[in-house]
Amino acid sequence: MPAPDRSIAIERSAIVLAAIFALALPSLLHALQMDFYLSFATRVLVYAIAATSLNLVLGYGGMVSLGHAAFVGLGSYVTGIFLAEGVTNGGVHLIATVLITALMALAIGAVSLRTRGVYFIMITLAFAQMLFYLANSVKGYGGDEGLTLRARSLLGFGIDLKHGPTIYYIALLVLAGSLFALARFVPSRLGRAVLALRDDEVRAEALGFPTLRFKLTIFVAAGALAGIAGALSVNLQGYVSPNALHWTQSGTLLVMVILGGVGSIWGGAIGAAALLLLQEVLAAQTEHWEFWTGWVLLAVVLFARRGLAGLLFDLRARVLAR
Amino acid sequence: MNALLDVRGLAKRFGGVVATDKVDLQIHPGEIHALIGPNGAGKTTLVSQLAGQLTSDAGHIAFDGHDITHLLAHERARRGLVRSFQVTRLFKSFSVLENIALAIQAVSGSSLRVWRAVRTEKALFDRARELLTALGLIAKEEFRVDQLAHGEQRVLEVGIALASRPRLLLLDEPMAGMGPQESEAMERLIATLRAQCAVLLIEHDVDAVFRLADRVAVLVNGRIIASGDPAQVRADPAVAAAYLGEAMPS
Repeated sequence: MPAPDRSIAIERSAIVLAAIFALALPSLLHALQMDFYLSFATRVLVYAIAATSLNLVLGYGGMVSLGHAAFVGLGSYVTGIFLAEGVTNGGVHLIATVLITALMALAIGAVSLRTRGVYFIMITLAFAQMLFYLANSVKGYGGDEGLTLRARSLLGFGIDLKHGPTIYYIALLVLAGSLFALARFVPSRLGRAVLALRDDEVRAEALGFPTLRFKLTIFVAAGALAGIAGALSVNLQGYVSPNALHWTQSGTLLVMVILGGVGSIWGGAIGAAALLLLQEVLAAQTEHWEFWTGWVLLAVVLFARRGLAGLLFDLRARVLAR
Repeated sequence: MNALLDVRGLAKRFGGVVATDKVDLQIHPGEIHALIGPNGAGKTTLVSQLAGQLTSDAGHIAFDGHDITHLLAHERARRGLVRSFQVTRLFKSFSVLENIALAIQAVSGSSLRVWRAVRTEKALFDRARELLTALGLIAKEEFRVDQLAHGEQRVLEVGIALASRPRLLLLDEPMAGMGPQESEAMERLIATLRAQCAVLLIEHDVDAVFRLADRVAVLVNGRIIASGDPAQVRADPAVAAAYLGEAMPS
């Protein structure tokens, strides 16, 4: 078999294995009487969706946003406020979350995308902090205490996100859909144009690409996807606080993407899984888990510039070379 | 004959420095119009104003009878006013072929398609290969751009500008940093452009300019001090004075 075919075959088998593992996980945990890990697994999926959305902006669009968690937090608040008001229709939550986070991304993007580099970082940070303080000051919905919810989104057909395996599978579905859409997007016309402007924006525009419009398009799409991650998150935890919008959360998402692989389709998902697992394992061993996480990050940045996804690709190349 | 590009009173200043000083310039369809001048005369600034990377402080630019003074760079490119760069700007994540295909994509149809892979668009890649053959780079279509020699990168730099089917091509020192043989090949390439589009050629190699150009304008301190056919410009005493200390072809 020629190399590209084998390479595709290996990638397909890896995806199938990952899919089987992800689908079987709830039953597996149940059989092992480790059901309490299911919510952790769901948390990994939710972060994976959020990190994937950031990877679209960072890895493909080349825009370092330090305010991405604001869209996740906003999504949590939109769904959370509906739930607090007694509206449990999941369809309403989804539409409202997507609309509001997309509009917010449009507004923030329209202003901040006119700047570049460190100015872009600072302006996205500033917008995110504005939303953070807004969430703190909204007294009706918990203020700085946060909003605790008893109800969860109802998706119809008796699908209730309160049920652990249900929200797990819904999050898995959303993640799989996002990864599939990303895989279709990258080699598409817009995907190629966005990669081109990441390489050289001035040249891309000189060739006739409306670069600002393209950047805004993916910024809005990423904002809406982050909002959906937020809606899932509030359903998982039954709680949202202003901390969800804090810039340190955006930093965590950035770390996940860098760890997993900037500009790699799997980067966000692998990075989210790796960082959360690392935290879980280290936190069980030592109080100073953040210190050791720092060392792991340093090693990845120094020795695996394309992140963990890049390491996997190198491994595959080595298997093929034999 | 109506001018394809008609520039009137174009000006640009950076702080106290006047970079472009009331420039008038007309370029006609099918001609190679050269713009020469000593270092720091403002040639690249003028190209950036024409192509839309820089906004102008005063003056008007008309292209094909339409005022384009306030259009953005990508809007000008889509109308057929395309530039190349003095410092090579290629897309380093893309192969040689993909660089050309990308430039064709930029001016053909909408790029807001997100589901179908570009590589399934056969017509687009057929055209890209055709152009690479003409450029003499077809053997290297799968190469990454950083695997090309400097001269080949310069050819690709001009090539991707050509791929967007310009009606007026602004070439900013296409022969910069080239050896004699590479320069000759580039000169031949530019000579073939006359059949496809009008060219504004900025070039330091004055000998090549006088061989190629139908008309020549001389820019000094942001002002055009002489223009006309090559023989006229060569004989102009003001030009000789401006080039004092630099080699002027005899």
